[in-house]
Amino acid sequence: MPHFAIIAVSILFDGLAYAMFLFITSVGLSVTMGLMGFVNLAHGAFAMAGGYIVVSLTRNLGIGFVPSLAVAAVTVGAVSVVFERGLYRRLYKATDLEQVLLTIGLAFMAIATATYLYGPIPKSVPLPEWLQGDINLGFRSFPSYRAFLIVLGVVLVTVLWYAFERTNIGAKIRAAVDNRRMAESVGINVDLLFTLTFAVGSGLAALGGGLAIQLFGLSPSFAVLYLVLFLIVVAVGGLGSLKGTLMAALVIGIIDTGGKYLLAEAGGFFIYAITVVVLLIKPAGFYGRE
Amino acid sequence: MAVSDSKAAERVLDVSADRRQARDRAAGYLLRRHHFQWPEALPWIVAIAAFFLFPDRMTFGSQVLVMIMFALSLDLILGYAGIVTLGHAAFFGIGAYTVGLGAARLGWTEPVSGLFAAAIVSAFVGFITGWFLLRYRGLTLLMLTLATAIMLQETGNLRSDFSGGYDGLPGLEFKPLLGLFDYDLYGHTYYLYALAVLAVVFFFVRRIVYSPFGQALTGIRENVKRMHAIGSPVHRRLVTVYSIAAGIAGIAGALFTQTNAYVTLTVFDFDNSAKVMVMLILGGTGRLYGAFLGAAVYMVLEDHLSKLSPTFWQFGIGLLLVLAVLFARRGVLGLFEDAGQYLKRFRS
Repeated sequence: MPHFAIIAVSILFDGLAYAMFLFITSVGLSVTMGLMGFVNLAHGAFAMAGGYIVVSLTRNLGIGFVPSLAVAAVTVGAVSVVFERGLYRRLYKATDLEQVLLTIGLAFMAIATATYLYGPIPKSVPLPEWLQGDINLGFRSFPSYRAFLIVLGVVLVTVLWYAFERTNIGAKIRAAVDNRRMAESVGINVDLLFTLTFAVGSGLAALGGGLAIQLFGLSPSFAVLYLVLFLIVVAVGGLGSLKGTLMAALVIGIIDTGGKYLLAEAGGFFIYAITVVVLLIKPAGFYGRE
Repeated sequence: MAVSDSKAAERVLDVSADRRQARDRAAGYLLRRHHFQWPEALPWIVAIAAFFLFPDRMTFGSQVLVMIMFALSLDLILGYAGIVTLGHAAFFGIGAYTVGLGAARLGWTEPVSGLFAAAIVSAFVGFITGWFLLRYRGLTLLMLTLATAIMLQETGNLRSDFSGGYDGLPGLEFKPLLGLFDYDLYGHTYYLYALAVLAVVFFFVRRIVYSPFGQALTGIRENVKRMHAIGSPVHRRLVTVYSIAAGIAGIAGALFTQTNAYVTLTVFDFDNSAKVMVMLILGGTGRLYGAFLGAAVYMVLEDHLSKLSPTFWQFGIGLLLVLAVLFARRGVLGLFEDAGQYLKRFRS
């Protein structure tokens, strides 16, 4: 196989795995922002919390990696309801600035708590054997962890797509994103719907946080460092759009990976350049409503 | 013919008389607010007192003054014009690097002209980016401002042979101030220098805020639709104030480089943008002195608490933000005002 083709396949593969991580972590943020217009800068903190729960469960209690991911997602999803009901709810009608400040404050507190509990050094996680090796496809071998990530991502995309497009609740969410007042006036309980999507979204973020440990390592700064990426995916994809979030995650995941392969010195430059170009042309993102 | 002409003229005169009256009233209002009140001398007295009380902490004092100026520039766009940005550090960084690169690569080590250069370069970048970005609002604007700052940082990193990258440009040397006062080990010269620059910048900002232009900005913040409706050139005004604020942030950045004698790419960090916003919010937005109070209190607390435990300090700042949003949306100065109102009512 020619050299450039191998590089292209590698970029596509790693980019796809990265994109799936981005999608899983950001999709909740996109839907909650689309529903309530709430700028939640603490979303990265929920992801980080999920990651640390996975670290604790696997390292201290010896629970397997996959069950730990599930426990982390459910726990964080449940705890996020408390935040939504107790804090966020008060600020739905407040300005962007106030929402930004409240959630940045929460993110700072989460980072400090994580530093206190786990220390500033990046953590790793023990993987089961079937996720450790490589899958050999003849011309190149691929890490099986990334293959797992891609499969999991595809499964989740399918499930979410079905839930969003084919179920009653999904239809209600789409209606509320489109026109909140109208949805309320035909009897949809948007508040309850929001609490539900917020919990699911935060749970998925926690899952993403758990999955990220193997990719980037997990340190307390995760909450803010990767938050910027999640926000970019949401903004580029368009608020409240599943399709848009997936598109944005793919574009950003693959282009960032490509940039790192071909021009490593540029760092994250490509992501930001793309963000600026897309937003200047389509301020509401790929599938957002202007 | 002549009769109707004079009638028309009378009508025009009437209208202009009405207008003149309205204008005089508005001007009177602005003049009254522009008039100096004695508590306004307080921060300057404190700053000069600090010079004599803590002579060995003047390097830190200069940092506080730099952050006050940075917060003041943010107040102009966030507090008065209502532009929510997550990338104000971009302009601070540009100012810092204009002076830093000027000294390291071009041998331009004269401090005061360096400030002017920093202001012009930053204001120019502010004008260009503002012209594109200020059409947007909400999340889009947040992301665009944030991405601008990070792109500048990445560009600097890409050309690290020129910019020094994250290792920065260490050991910069600057000529004596005005050719007379040399840099001293305790930073006395630079404290007074920073204070003087801050005073000039402050009176400039104060003048803007109490001008008709400043009133128009407040109008845009409060109700942008209405400002469009009465024919105010909203975009032009926003770009103007954004460029001015960028220039001031650039001066703050330039002072930062000059007082520290080094600069690294971390000046572009998101943390830097977030930090200055936190300072301003804690002090109180849209009220000039909020920047003074917020930056000073933040810096002093950080200096003490982060030595004890950086983790504890970060938690405390987060908690303060949450509490400020929930209970004190107008910052510490807002709390003072509320207390004042309460006392007045209590007395009467």
